[in-house]
Amino acid sequence: MDIQSCVNIQTEWDIVAARQLGRNVAKELGFGVVDQARITTAISELARNIFIYAHKGRVCIEKMNDKGHAGLRIIAIDSGPGINDIRLAMEDGYSTSGGLGAGLPGVKRLMDEFQIVSSPGKGTEITAIKWIR
Amino acid sequence: MRIPILKLYNCLLVSIQWELDDQTALQFQEDLLHKIHETNANGVVIDLTSIDFIDSFIAKVLGDVINMSKLMGAKVVITGIQPAVAITLIELGISLNDVLTSLDLEKGLEKLKQELGE
Repeated sequence: MDIQSCVNIQTEWDIVAARQLGRNVAKELGFGVVDQARITTAISELARNIFIYAHKGRVCIEKMNDKGHAGLRIIAIDSGPGINDIRLAMEDGYSTSGGLGAGLPGVKRLMDEFQIVSSPGKGTEITAIKWIR
Repeated sequence: MRIPILKLYNCLLVSIQWELDDQTALQFQEDLLHKIHETNANGVVIDLTSIDFIDSFIAKVLGDVINMSKLMGAKVVITGIQPAVAITLIELGISLNDVLTSLDLEKGLEKLKQELGE
């Protein structure tokens, strides 16, 4: 059974809360220090995207177990403006907010699996998974 | 909470000991520049030994404050980046080019001395 906990993202403090939740779950699951940092960073980027682009949404952390293989799933959901061109958003260095543009492609590299569903005007849902090696 | 900035001869020493939230990071940026102005410091060491992750926002604030300090005539050395932080920063796509770094505080101060030609 997968157990899920969520943090609503509305202020920048919620970004801190989301990554702390993620780090705690990663620790509990027995991820090593480097993977803990990868997961924490990925959550921070996804939560910040919600805060900057959609203003509110939520980040959920799920413990996974696939035939004895443990993992952690991050789900970032918002009902913001959505992403017009996902291919462009997945290019390194692309940003519409003047940030570092490290966001989505960076998150994809930090995690093992990455999926994005977005429709302009409706919102975005990003799922990213890290498996314990 | 504010990050303490200590003066040591002509240098400033900063050790970031807890997870940075956005406000603390931005406040630190301002505080450091004021302190450089106030003390005439020409070198700064920022030690990140206790930091276990850096996201793109914190990296941007750090990179910015390094360039801002440079504008004011102070060189900055970053020290104590943990293996996990180095790995995630590069995977994230952030290389902090042109930033002076050292393994630890001691080596950081040495590097600063060299850079300042002392």
